[in-house]
Amino acid sequence: MKRILTSTILMAVLALTACTNPGRFGAGGDGAGANAPLGVAGGIIPGSANDPSSTAYFQQAVGDRVLFPVDQATLTPEGRATLDGQAGWLTNNTDYTAVIEGHADEQGTREYNLALGARRANAAQEYLISKGVPSNRLRVVSYGKERPIEICSNEACYAKNRRAVTVLAGGLSS
Amino acid sequence: MTAFGLKDAFVMKFRFFALCLTLFCASFGVAHAQQGPLRIEITEGVIEPLPFAVPSFQPESAEAGQMAANLAQVVAQDLIGTGLFREIPASAFISTVSDFNAPVQYADWKAINAQALVTGAVNVQGNSLSVKFRLYDVFSGAELGSGLQFTGTADGWRRMAHKVADAVYARITGEGPYFDSRVVYVSETGPKDARAKRLAIMDYDGANVQYLTDSSVIVLAPRFSPSGDRVLYTSYESGFPRIYVLDIGSVQRRVLESADGTMSFAPRFSPSGQTVVFSLTQGGNTDIYTMDIASGASTRLTNTPAIETAPSYSPDGGRIVFESDRSGTQQLYVMSASGGEAQRISFGEGRYGTPVWSPRGDLVAFTKQNKGRFHIGVMRLDGSEERLLTASFLDEGPTWAPNGRVIMFARETQGEGGSSTLYSVDISGRNLRPVQTPQGGSDPSWSPLQK
Repeated sequence: MKRILTSTILMAVLALTACTNPGRFGAGGDGAGANAPLGVAGGIIPGSANDPSSTAYFQQAVGDRVLFPVDQATLTPEGRATLDGQAGWLTNNTDYTAVIEGHADEQGTREYNLALGARRANAAQEYLISKGVPSNRLRVVSYGKERPIEICSNEACYAKNRRAVTVLAGGLSS
Repeated sequence: MTAFGLKDAFVMKFRFFALCLTLFCASFGVAHAQQGPLRIEITEGVIEPLPFAVPSFQPESAEAGQMAANLAQVVAQDLIGTGLFREIPASAFISTVSDFNAPVQYADWKAINAQALVTGAVNVQGNSLSVKFRLYDVFSGAELGSGLQFTGTADGWRRMAHKVADAVYARITGEGPYFDSRVVYVSETGPKDARAKRLAIMDYDGANVQYLTDSSVIVLAPRFSPSGDRVLYTSYESGFPRIYVLDIGSVQRRVLESADGTMSFAPRFSPSGQTVVFSLTQGGNTDIYTMDIASGASTRLTNTPAIETAPSYSPDGGRIVFESDRSGTQQLYVMSASGGEAQRISFGEGRYGTPVWSPRGDLVAFTKQNKGRFHIGVMRLDGSEERLLTASFLDEGPTWAPNGRVIMFARETQGEGGSSTLYSVDISGRNLRPVQTPQGGSDPSWSPLQK
């Protein structure tokens, strides 16, 4: 049963990869070449995004982050769906712990943004706990506006910076 | 008044200004009984800087030659930097000063419209430095205040210059001195998504930068102790924001107590230097606490689900101004230093944060966000007389000069290449100028006047 589920997810990952690769590799390729290594391997490369117990899989297939509207720390429906996936993954991969990092965009004062990032990280943590993830496996930290991932000064970037990212630690026995 | 029409030309009020020179009074020289009327009254109306001359100081020992020129230059830079003074270049001088004790040829300085004249003499013996100066009110033909002498080390010669400039500034404006002070700040390098930050300390004018931490972890918002010997700051050294106290002399630091699973930040010293007020976040909620630094015992001052942060003590230690979003948006509040009910003081449009109580006790400086712009502003403690001093894409984090007349803050520029620079501005909104630092800078904290 678990194997079937794994295969299904793996196919989903491959599909995702196929979708995103053409754009990622630019105009020169048709996408087939980029996908070739996965096809040749034909199986799970441990630690890669097609290994369902890997952190790469968690980041890319499950989704390691949820985004927030301006000055809000309330989870969106999309955010809750992502966190459902995270809760499921953490339930299946019990040797991982996680630190949830809360972030804000640059439109705000430093101290307020630290507190706002903490609210966001806490909202994600509380949701994961409500879905059965033991609280002793989750810690929170806020970076405020100190660690943006996008650096333009408009809403396209700000939207990606207002985030709570679940960063895995542990996983040594996998 | 003379034919120069001083009052009209300079929009300044010149009037008799009696001086009380109890500090640093030296045994040399004779105080003139007659005191000059040279005076700048700093008001919104001051638009023309007062012309002054600072001839190179007189070297009184063989080693003092270069120092004599450097000292005069820093004195001039300090005065010019206020925006209240204009230097008359040496090339315009008619007479030279070749003897510190010789009578001043007032007519020669009047002729080039030098309203104030500063003369000085320097003696260097090894690493021992002594500087004497006199200030003259040229148009009254009299010395303004009596001559003073400062002694110190040759290494610390810039401080001697700042002390001279402070005395000149204070005598002419009637404001408190502030040049002999330092600023601790966060030095920044790199792009926004990989910004490296380290603590740095410098003279108020950007000279003598020294680094207090490396840039291996994020450090934020250093704050001076009332005696200027220690700094509180926030560091991610443990992986989580925690408050550290650093001794500037030894560069030794220690972390303040904090419970696991909490974050602490936004610290400031109480005026006694014994207590720190700060924000602590637990379970996603941020409140204000105080802690006795020696014992580590803490007290909770606010208890709401709102974000309560950026606390700052009144100069008498009795009250705390802070920001809270309990009303729905960030606003400023004042409460007793022991907590309890808080009074909202900001009622204008937009959001208000990072309040800092003026050292004179009369004003609070803040960051305001409104309609997509950031401002540094000041208001009275009852929220009246709000005045915005700056406007930009992102200005934040004001800190007060020791005399409560000047504010320093950080300005971050927009977009991919954005960087942060320190600026200073007079509380009248005039004289906005960048502070030169080797790299980018943010989170400045101005020291008290040095002793």
